[in-house]
Amino acid sequence: MVETAIELVDVNKWFGDFHVLKDINLKVGAGEKVVICGPSGSGKSTVVRCINKLEAHQSGTIHLYGAELTNDPRSVASIQGEIGMVFQQFNLFPHLSVLDNLTLGPMKARDLTRSEAEERARHYLTRVRIPDQAAKMPKQLSGGQQQRVAIARSLCMEPKALLFDEPTSALDPEMISEVLDVMEELAQDGMTMIVVTHEMGFARKVADQMVFMDEGEIVEHGTPEDFFGDPKTARCQKFLSQILQH
Amino acid sequence: MKKFFVPLMLLVLLSGCSASGNWGWYVIDPRTNGGWTNIKFLISGMGSTILISVIAATISIVLGLIVALPGQSGNRWLRLINRIYVEFVRSIPLLPMLFWVFYGLPIVFKSMGFNIPIDPFWGAIITLAISDSAFTAEIYRSGIQSIARGQSEAAQTIGLNYYQTMRYVILPQAVRRILPPLANQFIYIVKMSAFASVIGMQELTRRANELVVTEYRPLEIYSLLIVEYLVLVLIISAGVRWLERKMGADERV
Repeated sequence: MVETAIELVDVNKWFGDFHVLKDINLKVGAGEKVVICGPSGSGKSTVVRCINKLEAHQSGTIHLYGAELTNDPRSVASIQGEIGMVFQQFNLFPHLSVLDNLTLGPMKARDLTRSEAEERARHYLTRVRIPDQAAKMPKQLSGGQQQRVAIARSLCMEPKALLFDEPTSALDPEMISEVLDVMEELAQDGMTMIVVTHEMGFARKVADQMVFMDEGEIVEHGTPEDFFGDPKTARCQKFLSQILQH
Repeated sequence: MKKFFVPLMLLVLLSGCSASGNWGWYVIDPRTNGGWTNIKFLISGMGSTILISVIAATISIVLGLIVALPGQSGNRWLRLINRIYVEFVRSIPLLPMLFWVFYGLPIVFKSMGFNIPIDPFWGAIITLAISDSAFTAEIYRSGIQSIARGQSEAAQTIGLNYYQTMRYVILPQAVRRILPPLANQFIYIVKMSAFASVIGMQELTRRANELVVTEYRPLEIYSLLIVEYLVLVLIISAGVRWLERKMGADERV
């Protein structure tokens, strides 16, 4: 029996009157990989943003390794840096070099010395296969390289889980695979991952659970075999046919 | 140099119109002993004007940041404090505030058991700094808000707290957008420092007033006073433009 890393029970969220998340239930074991897909506006990004408390949820519970995450600022503070996040737009700090992007969190939030932080940064830069770009500014890198720096920045905090919010959607097509390759390696190394993506090839290879969302609900939830081989609902079939055509 | 040469030449030209005998440019004619002494007297206020402005602007830049940060917080009450301060301070005209600080504040201090006299120098600085801080706070606000939300979210996910996010991520990026308007605000302070004359601060305007009382030549003396401010502000403007170019150049890298 694997330990439960992240558990959402009946999570609801509203933006004003708009019910974005409706009774979301999700259980992610340590080391498991979950891929969430669905049409835009379905609430899939909001799910991961609630898990690392970039958004507050209004009802239901979210647990991280048994500890409940509430919207209380102390609870929010306690998980910051524990759950890594990779954004669609990379969100690297443009005024800092690649190396400084990576060392900032470990030095300020984890009290590492500069040399410890730099050693760790170089380790993870090697892991995302750009060991020689440490001194550059983010703008000097390609989109794919920037996203890999962003992944390395998250890894430098040695998080308990890593969330990806459409990590390849802002990339030129030829750069998508270099990012997906890095993510696959992470998956193989046993990182707990929740990935919002439309990259179904990646999902097939990596996912332990597939989640399909539409209009704020989890419409379909199962293994990749069932999900791709035998989608139950019409909505999911339609989505898959649209996305796999290309 | 050309820029302030033109108004000076205008004055000289005007002095040629003295046929009717109503002009009295001699009071500030550097060729005469008396005129030169008067000019030196008027310009001697420049140091105070600059000193008051620089100290007030420095305080305002720090105070404005202290006021602006709660306005960016998630806490509604902190944001409310920020709004109240900005709206309240922004609505007080400078002159009444100057009177209140200079004549009123020592009484407040006294009632609290402190015997803190306020001289014209610090009275002017406190007033200018507080009055200006509401505007600098708004400049900080727009600068901070111009940094995309993703930046603070990314900072949050690598474990930085609110203060660290501001210190290491937001402010370093906001500063280049904030500097030019802040420098502009400095021009406002320089001009408003003229009010310090009414509480007896020996700065440019006060010097001019005092000379007018002894020489009875308001047109000529106040004309020179205006030129003094003009020169001062033109120099600062040139500095601001230089700064803007420099910041703009950085942005393109």
